[in-house]
Amino acid sequence: MSADPAPLPAGRRSFLISSGQWAAGAAIVSLLPASPGRASPHAMQELIRSIIGEATLQPGKVRLDVPPLVENGNTVPLTVSVDSAITEADHVKAIHIVNEKNPQPHVISVTLGPRAGKAQLSIRIKLADSQQLTAIAEMSNGSFWSGSADVVVTLAACVEDLK
Amino acid sequence: MTARVLIHLPAKALRGEVIQIKTLIAHAMESGFRVGTNGNLIPRDIITVFTCRYNGEEIFRAELSPAIASNPFLSFFTTARESGTLEFHWSGDNGFVATETAAITVE
Repeated sequence: MSADPAPLPAGRRSFLISSGQWAAGAAIVSLLPASPGRASPHAMQELIRSIIGEATLQPGKVRLDVPPLVENGNTVPLTVSVDSAITEADHVKAIHIVNEKNPQPHVISVTLGPRAGKAQLSIRIKLADSQQLTAIAEMSNGSFWSGSADVVVTLAACVEDLK
Repeated sequence: MTARVLIHLPAKALRGEVIQIKTLIAHAMESGFRVGTNGNLIPRDIITVFTCRYNGEEIFRAELSPAIASNPFLSFFTTARESGTLEFHWSGDNGFVATETAAITVE
């Protein structure tokens, strides 16, 4: 999956226009956090759908290790491990990580194989807001499993302005 | 353009042992969503693909998005099968390419 350039500025513009029309002023708009457009849980669901296709997503087997309270959203350590045998016949093919409130729902997709030995991945990510992270494991038999973790972020990343 | 790369993996391993590989590369991972001092968006500049090859066979591949923190750190596992070299390759926006190799001895 390639990182697609999401039309975020347009999304924000149309949102501001529509909310401006609705509220007939900036009273409502000024209450909203001054940040560019965000991925939404809906965008995340669409991305998950594009990952798993027609298959069903089953909860379980996937564990996310992430601090529940993060001070700096610019660097959040995250470990995803999948409880699975790693053999030629039965292994984890891929792990995808998605989020609901960053500017884009996609975080990372990794391809593993029967040689991995252990289906575990550690990375450091950026989080723009307190939100739920979801990891999806694609098994060699075509099934998909997911796990989630909630993170509270005090200093947001990605969208801060350089002033 | 060369980037500073750190690779950590055991120099020696037993055959069949599961080893951890840690990689870190110096890169800004500019998300493309931040506004600079002139009021314009800073263009996106990220690493998009990372691959690891063990004696030529691809054992790990990652597709990154702007949500990866700057100086991307990746840690993953593989099974030590035979002595040889692991080749790490990063590529990204604006023609960014970096390659690094590491040797492993399997007993």
